[in-house]
Parts: sequence; structure tokens; C-alpha cells
Amino acid sequence: MSISKKIVDDFVANDVSFITTVPCKQLAGVIDEVEARPEIFHIPSNKEDEGMGLCAGAYMGGKRPAIIMQNTAIGVTINTLATLIQYYRMPLPMLISYRGELREPVACQVEMAVHTKALLNQMNIPTYHFHKESDASELDAILKYTFMCNKPVAILTDASFWGGYGDQ
Amino acid sequence: MIRSEILRDIAPILRDQLVVCNIGLPSQELHMIDDQPTNFYMLGTMGLSSSIGLGLALAQDKTVISIDGDGSVLTNLGTLPTIANNVADNYILLIIDNGSYGSTGDQPTYAGKKTKLEDVAKACGCENVVVCKDVDTGKVLQAAIDSKQMTIIVCKCDSGNIKLPVITMDPVVIRDRFMKAVAS
Repeated sequence: MSISKKIVDDFVANDVSFITTVPCKQLAGVIDEVEARPEIFHIPSNKEDEGMGLCAGAYMGGKRPAIIMQNTAIGVTINTLATLIQYYRMPLPMLISYRGELREPVACQVEMAVHTKALLNQMNIPTYHFHKESDASELDAILKYTFMCNKPVAILTDASFWGGYGDQ
Repeated sequence: MIRSEILRDIAPILRDQLVVCNIGLPSQELHMIDDQPTNFYMLGTMGLSSSIGLGLALAQDKTVISIDGDGSVLTNLGTLPTIANNVADNYILLIIDNGSYGSTGDQPTYAGKKTKLEDVAKACGCENVVVCKDVDTGKVLQAAIDSKQMTIIVCKCDSGNIKLPVITMDPVVIRDRFMKAVAS
């Protein structure tokens, strides 16, 4: 089974049925899988704070939401995380492409990578880092934890997890 | 008419619907005029009223009205293509367009200058875009509810604010009673 399919299987098994995405090359397979699943309403968003607004609405409408985005989005969404998701106590799994880690070919990506965990830590957001493919075995438990505690939870997935960037 | 007068005017229509209300004075005004469990008051996060409302409309069947401002829509302009491409016929976006950032001291917005949000919405692909005068808001809003078609209303009105207290209700209480109203 592909890792993308396993990840989306875990979302479906945990009744996550509303997923918004902002694209990333590393997450392309997951996004394709989300789009293909009839159990999931997939709504691409133009910016990640907009996506979190959509997720907040869907949650209040009775759906379990999730957002799929790059770690650069942490810089975009600090206010939304603090004043909407955390302030109103809403659950939000955030599957995040952790750009700028080992095997990264684009230097600028490192500039947000060095702030990513510090920002998540400052926000008291529970954070899990998938570095090896076997780490994804925890996703099911992480999703259950997220909807148990009604918090945003970050799942960082780096290039090593995804098998690198190929010939670059 | 200024925004608070419009909200007072349309309160009897809003009362029976799910309402997501914009941050700052709009939420404070609606809270003072007619507090209802079916109102979701935004206490922060400028710009996301339309996005929260769309997510809510897509997740369940009841009619949802997002009350937004011209300044807030400009803050989150990417919302209009998302709305246009994800049609929810139980969704109405009511943009109170007074051409100013009311909650921060009535600084002018670009919507009060050359930018026409109704044209932006149409260019983004929104199909039912209605422009109305302040006095016609209730009639237009009721027609949009009855049409059961996703509608963007741009209500042109005067800028101006009234003095009123902030909302002290706990955000989790606002969210919890709203979710119960949604599910009832």
C-alpha cells in the first residue's frame, strides 16, 4: 500500500470527511488520494488561514475536518490558530509538509524550517514529526488524540519520510 | 443607513437562520440587537467570516448567512474564488459595504474607492451577485433565502458606528451553544 493511501485511510477510519488543501510537491500523492475518496469532501483553499476558517465552519456543522499544507503556512496562520481554532477550542489535524529539512534542494525553504518547531512550541501545539515511513503508524492514534482534546495538532512530514526529492 | 441600522432592520429575518457574524462592531451590534444561539460571533480573526460560513454550509443543510464587511472581504479576497467554485445553495454572503474599516475608526477601504466587490465576485465566478441599497437589504436577503441558491449580496450603505460594549461571553460558550443550535 502506498504511504499516501495509508494516510488517507487513517483519515477516513477516523471519520475525517472535510479536508482542505494548499498544494505542495511532497503532498501531491496525498492530495490526489483525498480528491479520489468519495468519503471526503475536498476543498482546495487559496491560503491556509482561509482553509482553517473553512475547517472551523465544517466542524461546527458536524464534520471532522483536517488541513493539509506546507510548514511555511505556520507563518501565515498564527493569528488564526490563536484566535479561532484555539480560542474556540476546535480540533484540527494539520498534516504538514516539513520543507527545508535534510535533502531539501531549495535554500529558502530552510528559512521557515528553522522556525517551524519553535513557533509550534510557542503556540503549545502538540507536534509529531514523521521522519521514517514507519512513523506513520502513529497517525491513527494522533487523529484520535486530536479529536479527544479539541486542539490543533501538527504532523510534520519531512523529505526523508517522503523518500527525498528524486533527481535534483 | 449605517450598519447597525441595517442589522436592526434585518434582525427578524436573521433570527431564524444560522448566522456567522464578522469580528468587531458587527458582532457587538448583532449581539446587542438580538442575541440568539444561532449567531456565531467572531471575537478575532479578521476576514474569515465568509470562510467559516461556507464551511458550515457545506457541512450541513440549514441556511447559513455570513455577515461580512467590505474591509474583511478585502482581507481574505481568496475566499471569493473558493465560494464560486464550491457552490452551496444554502449559503448567503451578505457584505455590508460601507467603504470603511468601521471597527478601527472608519479608515477608507479600497472598496470605497475604485474597487467594486460585486465585480470582483462576478469575475471570480460567483453566479448570483446582487447589489442593493441599505433600505432594501431585508427584501433582498429574504429573496435570497427563498431562492435556495447561493447568493452574494453587496449592500451599499453609509459608514458610521454606535457606541456599545464588547462581547464578554466566553468563546467556547458561543461555539457550544451555536453547535447545539446547528444540530437541533
